[in-house]
Amino acid sequence: MNNISIKLTSNKLSLKECYSFVEDPTCGGIDIFVGTVRNHTKGKKVEKLDFSAYGPMAIKEMQWIAEKALEKFDVLKIAIHHAEGMLQIGDIPVIIAVSAAHRVAAFEACQFAIDTLKETVPIWKKEHFSDGEVWVNAHP
Amino acid sequence: MIIFTQTKKQMQTQVLLFGIVADLVGESSINLELKIDSTVSDFKKKLTETYPQLQNYTTYAIALNEAYALDETIIKDKDVIAIIPPVSGG
Repeated sequence: MNNISIKLTSNKLSLKECYSFVEDPTCGGIDIFVGTVRNHTKGKKVEKLDFSAYGPMAIKEMQWIAEKALEKFDVLKIAIHHAEGMLQIGDIPVIIAVSAAHRVAAFEACQFAIDTLKETVPIWKKEHFSDGEVWVNAHP
Repeated sequence: MIIFTQTKKQMQTQVLLFGIVADLVGESSINLELKIDSTVSDFKKKLTETYPQLQNYTTYAIALNEAYALDETIIKDKDVIAIIPPVSGG
């Protein structure tokens, strides 16, 4: 049984696909985190976000996170899907879906996955404003 | 009989650039010549010597062959180096 789905794509992400992948008759809970592009940052209006990735390494790191989540938490399946390219306000750059017999493990694994993804996966977003563009977090 | 052997002292490395570093250098990929058995630390020094615009900007990680590397990791011939500025996925 394949328990991990990793995807990095310039196509639209699909909530349905992630849900279908993780759902299982042995699971009583599915936790899904959806990241969305918001229209402001630090009080400034954002027009769009440009996501770029070091593809092969991003996939490896997402795979590692998924394997770690299955190891650390009592969960059955996990999907980690990330979009690349230009995204508009309201678009979905990331979906993390986790299924487990019980909800606590699902919540914890899902949070672990998104928190770790934001620390380690080589994907970058550039904010586009009306007066220019800025790489997010470039000068921490 | 005298035999001359030429020991290779330098190696050519391929370096992939991303994010703000790619913008500062103006390329997504560069070649850098390094001494054999250079460490990641040596590489960072050579990089900022070659691209002075990176001197005030040194907050990045280095990946070798698609895995994060430490400063003391030795770079081997044919390794693919990547400069990983602070990530912002998700």
